[in-house]
Parts: sequence; structure tokens; C-alpha cells
Amino acid sequence: MEYEIRTPLSKDELLKLRVGDSVYITGEIFTARDEAHARALEYLEEGKELPFSFEGAVVYHCGPLVKKDGEWRVVSAGPTTSARMNPFTPKILERVTCMAIIGKGGMSDDVVEAMRGKAVYLAFTGGAGALAAQKIRRVKDVIWEDLGMPEAVWIFEVERFGPCIVAIDAHGNSLYR
Amino acid sequence: MDFDLVVSSTVEILRRAHTELPEDVVKAIKNALEREENEIARKNLETILRNIDAANKLKVPMCQDTGIPVFFVEIGREIDLDFDLREAIREGVRRATAEIPLRPNAVHPVTRENSGDNTGLHTPPINIELVEGDRIKIAVMPKGAGSENVSALKMMLPTEVSRIKDFVVETVLKAGGKPCPPIFVGVGIGGTFDGAAKLAKKVLLRNVLDMSEFELELLEAINELNIGPMGLGGKTTALAVLVEMGHCHTASLPVAVNIQCWANRRAEVVLR
Repeated sequence: MEYEIRTPLSKDELLKLRVGDSVYITGEIFTARDEAHARALEYLEEGKELPFSFEGAVVYHCGPLVKKDGEWRVVSAGPTTSARMNPFTPKILERVTCMAIIGKGGMSDDVVEAMRGKAVYLAFTGGAGALAAQKIRRVKDVIWEDLGMPEAVWIFEVERFGPCIVAIDAHGNSLYR
Repeated sequence: MDFDLVVSSTVEILRRAHTELPEDVVKAIKNALEREENEIARKNLETILRNIDAANKLKVPMCQDTGIPVFFVEIGREIDLDFDLREAIREGVRRATAEIPLRPNAVHPVTRENSGDNTGLHTPPINIELVEGDRIKIAVMPKGAGSENVSALKMMLPTEVSRIKDFVVETVLKAGGKPCPPIFVGVGIGGTFDGAAKLAKKVLLRNVLDMSEFELELLEAINELNIGPMGLGGKTTALAVLVEMGHCHTASLPVAVNIQCWANRRAEVVLR
């Protein structure tokens, strides 16, 4: 099946997705990799308010290549290896009712379990950075820029971002097993 | 030849490496698409080919992980070099980072502080070899971390020659979808601890369509793993296996496996 999805996510729609389906995303997504995840968890554990929200969000495991020509412009922005986020993701999933992740390479069995009933993992073709950048309409914001270009949190407005393959669904199925 | 020529040539080969894949590499991907039957695998291969076209047309890096640029330089011994070649290449990297642009990936290994221009302690790596002749050849291979991180080196026992193939296949199996398959596999057999790794990396500069019987045998074993493009299944896990050997100590058998993603980016320039 092929689906068009808009953000913020709806749980009902998310539960319909099954491994092997194709998905195109429109709306807001944000990037986060190792250091952004570590800092976000630090904030959450200390009870500090996050400058962005994981609830109903699409988190993109991506360290984009961006350039500032007056405004920020995305040059190339394919997915990074999601396995590095294995230790962080279950702790974040505990705190949300519904979420999606875009990445590449898959995630651990612990994450697959933590995603049950609330989250999906969407695989976008690794290395397809030029193509991904074409689907990003604009950079809405950048948070934690001090982490450096790849590790900062970039908030993108995307249009028909995909094709993404549902590689882990919210029912415990994973194409990586 | 002078400092500025090396700087501008370095920028030029980096630009070419990031925006155009070598013909043999593109051909290997197209051949795989012809053979692949798995629907999801085909979709990924098609996305890869569309991405290569987009990078070409828009003149932007095909992958946001513009890697660490690894240089292999050959210097003809008749050349009279009166400037700092390494510094010229470093300057080229700095300029390319701002101009192309490239993502600043180089960080201090412990403080993790980003240098901002892709240079730093012993970075970029520049391998220099003295050869016959009156030319300098500079080849660059931007190496991304997804594939580099799942590469492996093993000091095997001299009696384990028959286990070399298993080690290569196990390394690819362990890597799964992480290195952005379909991958290219560089294998260094023999030499020393450091030498095997260098052989495994340098061999990735070779034409990927030209494989020996041993290399094809390894390729076949890898493609039976059913990892497939991006780890989502299919028969296209690797596009080529390239092996380089070096004599080693009678008590040693170092084997290195350097994994490269489908974007086997490389470009070179010859200066006289």
C-alpha cells in the first residue's frame, strides 16, 4: 500500500501502516542524531522544557549539509545510521503517545518492542541526500546550533518526503529481522 | 606546478567526487537493478539512481555525509617539489568545505569539538607514494562513517587461511543495513596490522567491474545473505568485492575488510 501522511501524526493512521508499505510525508519534521538525543534526554530527566516536542512528531535521523545564503538552505540531507540511536529511543518513546522515525539501517529489538502501539520506523534510502533535499521546502528553525551542523536539531518543512518504506511497524514487525 | 594549482585541483576533484559517481560504479548499480527481483530492493535501487541524477544536475553532494576525504598521492621522483604539498591539499579541503559546500565532519576524537573545515590532527589522511616519472597524481576518496564504522580488522592465525572468506562474509553480515548497501567491499590480506587496512582501503580505487575468480566467489557468498539494499532484503547486498594482498610475517595473517557504501565516490587528477 502507498500512504500520504501529514504532521502532526494521528495514532489511528499510524496503526494502519504495515511493514512493506510506502509512505510520503508532508508537514514538519525535525532532525536529531546522537548528541541531540543525549541532550533531549538530559532535559527530560531534569524536568526542563524542550524547545521542540517529540509528541506526534516525525524525528529524522539525519545530519544535514546546509548552507546559509541569507536564509538556511538544505544542500543534501539523507538519513544517518539509526542504530546509534538505539539506547535513546525507548526512553523517548516512553514519554509519547505517537511518533514516527525516519532513518536507515534499522533499530534494535528493544526499540521494535518500545514502538508497539505507538510508533513506526520509516526507511529512506541511505545516501540519497540530494533527492531528499529536493523534498525539503524550507528550514523553519535550527535549535542547539552549538552542537555543530550535523548534530543540531533542524526543523524542516517537507512536501511528499519519500518514498519511505515502513520497515518497522507499530505491531512488532520488522523487515530487518 | 605550484601551491595554488594543487589547492584548486584538490577542490576540483572533491567537487567531482561528490557530484558525479564514476561510470563503472553507476554501471554496477544499473546491472544490479536489472537482476534484482525483490520489489523493495528495486525501489531503493531506483531511488539511488534518481539521487545520482539529481546530484549531477544540481551540482550538489549526492550524500549529506561528505565523509572524511582520504587522499592517495603518487609523486614522480623526477618532480622538484619546492612547496608543502600536504599543506596545499589541506588548504584545498578547507576551500572545498566552504565552496562546494561539504559538511564539516572532522571533530577532535576526545573533546568532540568540530574544527569546522574538515581538517585537524592528522586529518585529512594523505597517503604519499613515490613512483617513477615526472607527474603527481592526486586521488581522493571521501569516506562516510556509516560504512567506515562497520569495517573490521582481524589478526588471524597463519593456519586460518581457509577462514578468510568466512571472516569477510561475517563482517558484512554483522554490518547488515548500516553501511548503506549495496556495498563495495575492499579486502586487504597480509602485510602488517596497519598495512592490511591500507590495502583494503586503497583497493576501493580500482575499477569495480573487473573482478577475479576469488573476488567473484566472495561476492556470491555475500549476496546469498539476503541483506539487500538498505538491509531490507534482496539479492543485491554487495556490488563488488576487491581484494589486495601483501606478503606478511610467517607468524601473521592480518585481514582487513573496509566497507564502502553504494556511493563509491572517487576522483583523481594528474598534474605535470
